[in-house]
Amino acid sequence: MPQIEVELQNLKSEIVLMWKLVSDQMKKSMECLAKMDKDLAEEVLRAEKKVNSAELRIDRDCENIFALFNPVAIDLRLVMALLKINSSLERVGDIAASIAKFVKKSDGFDYLSLITSTHALEMFEEASDLLDDVLHSFESENSQLAEGVFRRDKTLNDLKKDARAVVIAQIKKDPENVEHCLSVLSIIRKLERAGDQSKTIAEEIIFFIDAKVLKHAPKSDEK
Amino acid sequence: MYKLESKNANVFYGASQALTDINLAIHSHTVTALIGPSGCGKSTYLRLFNRMNDLIDGIKITGQVLIDGQDIYAKGVNVDALRKKTGMVFQKPNPFPKTIFENVAYGLRVNGITDAKFIEERVETSIKQVVLWDEVKDKLKKSAFELSGGQQQRLCIARALAIQPSIILMDEPTSALDPISTAKVEELIHELKAKYTIVVVTHNMQQAGRISDSTAFFYLGELVEYNTTKEIFTNPKNQRTQNYITGRFG
Repeated sequence: MPQIEVELQNLKSEIVLMWKLVSDQMKKSMECLAKMDKDLAEEVLRAEKKVNSAELRIDRDCENIFALFNPVAIDLRLVMALLKINSSLERVGDIAASIAKFVKKSDGFDYLSLITSTHALEMFEEASDLLDDVLHSFESENSQLAEGVFRRDKTLNDLKKDARAVVIAQIKKDPENVEHCLSVLSIIRKLERAGDQSKTIAEEIIFFIDAKVLKHAPKSDEK
Repeated sequence: MYKLESKNANVFYGASQALTDINLAIHSHTVTALIGPSGCGKSTYLRLFNRMNDLIDGIKITGQVLIDGQDIYAKGVNVDALRKKTGMVFQKPNPFPKTIFENVAYGLRVNGITDAKFIEERVETSIKQVVLWDEVKDKLKKSAFELSGGQQQRLCIARALAIQPSIILMDEPTSALDPISTAKVEELIHELKAKYTIVVVTHNMQQAGRISDSTAFFYLGELVEYNTTKEIFTNPKNQRTQNYITGRFG
C-alpha cells in the first residue's frame, strides 16, 4: 500500500474518533440540559479539552500530508474536506460545551418548562442525529446520504422559528424573567448553528466524493 | 486552427503497436505535459512531431500528424525544414564537444548561415532567453562541458532556440537536474510559452502540475485522458488517470 494511503487511512480514523467524541459531547450535553444536571455538565466541560486537542492534531496531520505527500485528485479533496470538517466538528463541540456551561452556571429558575415548550430538546436530538448521519455518510462514502442532511437542517430551522415565537410570547407574559428567556433563546440559536455545521460537513463530504462544490450555490427556489 | 494535432495516429514498431488511435489537439503558446508509466508511448508520441521516429528501423506510422494544419507525414514534406520548426531537448543535457558559443551557433552554421555578426547576435539572444548569459558571457570560448548539469541543459535549450523554432519538444528535461536547476528550467518554460508551443514528457507529477496548461495521460499506447492540468489533478474523469496520479497504479 502506498504510504500516502496509510497516512490518509490514519487521518480518516482520527477524524472518525473526533466525530464520535463530539457526538458523545452533544448527547451528554442534551442529557444535562434535560435534567439540568450540573455534574454531567462538568463532565462535558472537562471532555472539551480532548476535542480541542484532537482538532490541533488533525490540523497538523493535514498540514504534514500536504507538505510531504502532495496529494492530488480525490486524495487532495479528502484532505481539504477533512480540514474543514475538523473545524466544523470543533465548533459543534464548542456548542455542546457552551450549553453545558449554561447548565453549570444556572440559578434556581425553572428553565425546564420553557425548554419543553420551545421543543429545545427535540432540536437538540435533531442536531445530534444530523451529526451522526453525516458521520455515517462519511464512513460509507455515500454522498446521497449527505444530501439528505440539507432537508433535515431545514426542519431544524423551522423548529427554531417556532421556538423563537414561544420565547417572545413568554417574555411578554413574564417580563421579569427576560434574561432567563433570552438564555433559552441563545441555546436554541446554538442548536440551529450546530445543524448548520452538519450541513457544512455534508457539503464537504459531497465535495470529497463527487468533486461538486455546493457551498454558496443558489437554493432551488432562488434559481 | 491548432498548432499541433494528431488524428487517429498509430505507431507500430514491427509487429508491436506503440500508439493506438491518438487524437489530440494542442493550441499554440501553451505547455502540454505528457504523463504515463514507462513504455506507455508518450516519448514516441512526442517524437512524432519532429519525425524523429522515422530513424527507427521497422517503424510504421498511420493516421495524421499536423503542424499548423499541415500533415507533416504527407508526401513531399521537407523533413529538414520541419525540424527547424521543432526544437528538441532531451533528458540528459547533451552539449556538443565544442565551446559554449559554438554549441549555440551550430544549428545556424549547419543551416548555411555564415554571417558572423548575425550568428553572434543570435547566440547572445538565445543564451539570454534561457537566462544563462550572465553566467557564461565571460567564458563563451570555454568548453560546454565545463558548465554544471543545469547550465548545460539551459545551453541545450538555447541551442534549440537559436534556429527559431515555433515548437519545443522536451523529453524529461529536468530528470537529471538538481531542484534548483529544475526550478530554473521550469521558470524558463513559463517564460518561453509566450513565444513557443511546448510539449513536455515528464514523470514528475508535481512538475506537470506546476508548468503545464494541459495534461495528457497515456497508458499502454492509448490516450486515456486529456484535459486542463487543473482538472486532471483535481478531478480526473477516468479511474486509471486517478490511480496513476495518486500513485495507486497497477
